[in-house]
Amino acid sequence: MSSETAFVHGVRATEVARAADEQDVAGTLRAAARERLTVVPKGAGTKLDWGSPPSTVELLLDVSALDAVVEHVAGDLVVRVQPGLRLSALAAALAGAGQRLAIDEMVPGSTVGGVVSTGLSGPTRLLYGTVRDLLIGITVVRPDGAVTHSGGKVVKNVAGYDLGKLYTGAYGSLGVITEAIFRLHPLPEAASWVCADFPDEGAAGSAVAAVLGSQVVPSAVEIHRPVPAGPISVAVLLEGVAPGVHARCATVSRLLGPGANTADEPPMWWGALPGPITLKLTAEIAAVPQVLRGLRQAATATRLDADVRGSAGVGVLYAGLPADAEPEPAGRFVLAARAHCREAGGCAVLLRAPGRVRATVDTWGPVAGLELMRRIKAEFDPDHRMAPGRFVGGI
Amino acid sequence: MAAAAVLALAERLRPLLEPGAVVTDRQQLRTYECDGLARFRVMPAIVVFPRTTAQCQDVVRACVEAGVPYVARGSGTGLSGGALPRADGVLIVTAQMRTVHEIDIDNQRAVVDPGVTTLQVTREAAPSGYYYAPDPSSQQVCSIGGNVAENSGGAHCLKYGFTVNHVTGCEVVTPDGEIVQLGGKAPDPPGYDLLGAFVGSEGTLGIATRVTVRLLRAPEAVQTLLAGFASTDDAGATVSAIIGAGVVPAAVEMMDALAIEAAEAAVACGYPAGAGAVLIVELDGPAAEVQHTFAAVQAHCRDHGAVEIRMAADAAERALFWKGRKSAFAAVGRISPDYIVQDGVIPRTALPEVLRRIAELSGDSGVRVANVFHAGDGNLHPLVLFDESVAGQAERAEEVSGAILDLCISHGGSITGEHGVGSDKARYMPRMFTPDDLDTMQMLRCAFDPAGLCNPGKIFPTPRLCGEVPGRHKGAHPLAQTGVADVF
Repeated sequence: MSSETAFVHGVRATEVARAADEQDVAGTLRAAARERLTVVPKGAGTKLDWGSPPSTVELLLDVSALDAVVEHVAGDLVVRVQPGLRLSALAAALAGAGQRLAIDEMVPGSTVGGVVSTGLSGPTRLLYGTVRDLLIGITVVRPDGAVTHSGGKVVKNVAGYDLGKLYTGAYGSLGVITEAIFRLHPLPEAASWVCADFPDEGAAGSAVAAVLGSQVVPSAVEIHRPVPAGPISVAVLLEGVAPGVHARCATVSRLLGPGANTADEPPMWWGALPGPITLKLTAEIAAVPQVLRGLRQAATATRLDADVRGSAGVGVLYAGLPADAEPEPAGRFVLAARAHCREAGGCAVLLRAPGRVRATVDTWGPVAGLELMRRIKAEFDPDHRMAPGRFVGGI
Repeated sequence: MAAAAVLALAERLRPLLEPGAVVTDRQQLRTYECDGLARFRVMPAIVVFPRTTAQCQDVVRACVEAGVPYVARGSGTGLSGGALPRADGVLIVTAQMRTVHEIDIDNQRAVVDPGVTTLQVTREAAPSGYYYAPDPSSQQVCSIGGNVAENSGGAHCLKYGFTVNHVTGCEVVTPDGEIVQLGGKAPDPPGYDLLGAFVGSEGTLGIATRVTVRLLRAPEAVQTLLAGFASTDDAGATVSAIIGAGVVPAAVEMMDALAIEAAEAAVACGYPAGAGAVLIVELDGPAAEVQHTFAAVQAHCRDHGAVEIRMAADAAERALFWKGRKSAFAAVGRISPDYIVQDGVIPRTALPEVLRRIAELSGDSGVRVANVFHAGDGNLHPLVLFDESVAGQAERAEEVSGAILDLCISHGGSITGEHGVGSDKARYMPRMFTPDDLDTMQMLRCAFDPAGLCNPGKIFPTPRLCGEVPGRHKGAHPLAQTGVADVF
């Protein structure tokens, strides 16, 4: 352990421990259990300010040194990795075999453990699924130091509970991930983006619906509205064999209308979170235009320059507010967004924001099944020492 | 369960349900003593047929109050004894709950009751050009509720995933008798992924009473080929070449000579005569994509010694290709009086070695094994043949079947790819997982079902006592401390 100064969400960590391997993580957690220390796990630290601030951080457990590709069997399209491995390094390691993990690097520098713990999936979730869909096995050190596994290294497997689902997006509140096994996909031979701009929510929504209702099998359907009442860009990613992609681009161009253009590179805004204050918004797919309208009204009412983008094809959007947004209007924007998402069958969560903004509004909003979640937390972490207070409902 | 207690509980349940929906007559109960795994039979004390979520909840509450275990059952097609009743308990059959509530094309979702059959979802969506992807072989009769419990797969899950990847919402009656809505039509609800944990929990975490599933746009093109090979080695090498070339087929199925013989005898599917193995490879997607890739797949088959390649010219021919494969389990009855359907998984690359070992096991023991499998994802369905009327054969078949599972485990695979653990394989769980692993899984169970009344005795070889949670809550609920948490 060292006495370097480190903060989680403005909460100072009393101690920082750097784990060298899984045994080290287990030993550290056993010691922390004896001492009854509160623990927050950390990878690259790119999303440590997500979720609610922890009540205390007596030990910041840094697993960034666990960054190996443990096993990659190309013929099985499966990879076993350590949590501190960066997505970019993993992508480089897999590219040689013509493969990839279909998880977009939404936050530069993200590690495998970080994207699993926050459940952060990007544009290609439309075709390949989310982090939890791609995770087939996991090793987690429990708060009491026990090293535990679920799932395995075969894609098809229904033996026992799939605890990987539970750990995905749990913000480190149930234990510390020391290994993750993913299913992989072949790198496509060709990829193209077809983009077009639309004047309003209805027109953009119709374009998205036309693509989703077609048979072109897009890998992603994203939208971007950089200023509240401005035009909306729709961008469609097509991947596959070159002749197939070429033919599908022509189809999508027709669907998007005369302004459509095709490119071999994504638009600048593709797959990046707006911010620095960031909300995640969900909705039923067909209600996305309605949410966009609501966000425009909320931005106008609060006089905030909201940048809205995201995976319209699955019903997930992100709204970014400027760094200098005042807490009160920012809070009102979150509440308005939450109401509009609720109307649309979804939710609004404040992913990252300075403490002064968080103080004005609840981070998570209403959570269905919260009582069951509290009971799960109590079973896995009866002393409430893992990332206390960082998750929903004070978990 | 004492007769008087059964009578009392049945009397308690009768006014909660429609007339005739509470069954205690032994003759009628007998129908429900097993699911698709007929080796395990237990006659339940009471069978009930709720028609609504509220009735389901009432039944669960009555069971909880009486301290009586209960088991949910859909169509009863499960192959691991997951819906095996308790002699001292209530069997809750959801087959009467079969309303299709919504086919919501705009949102690409269907909302259905648990008793709706898997194929019916696709039938309802088909006129709009959509379908429900999971396709277990029993899709004509198996229910969505059962699929949710077992996380059912099917031939096409190589490309499209399992039930868990297609369920976005579930209304659940919890083991406490509460109704919770997990997820819905929109993705990513905040908090722990309770839905992800619930799907595939084999009916041990509650009863799904309404299910929201994704509907997919039907593919523009589907191409299917049937290729005959001299040996499973050649067929296996072909699969490796296809996957290695970066192709993700919709399905890749393999059958060996004995399985072909059985299918031929049963449904006269006309597979290549004398083949040591057949492969069915199906591609789907945009027409231009499929056309290009299908040519490449044919080349791989030829390069690896295919003795015959047939292309399905239309849907009828495709159905004929699939007929032999989909009827393979039942077809084995034509060549053997009794058989065990095994379900194990290996890393696909271990296929040649594992098939050789299975052949050795078969040769050494004299027990015949027919192999049918989802070759793309390494999911084996060895059919272990025996004749119960011959002394010792059943035991030897059981040994071979168990040895095949050990093979799967030793190659880093799984003891079940889609049939579930249920009653059948609980005893194998410690071979795949450590005591700590199993203990951790049961923490989830304890969170949902502290009383241990919801489908007890399944999955885990030994139940975990759900202890009292320690009262210390260090640093817990800071929002409650600040008065914010109570808004939830």
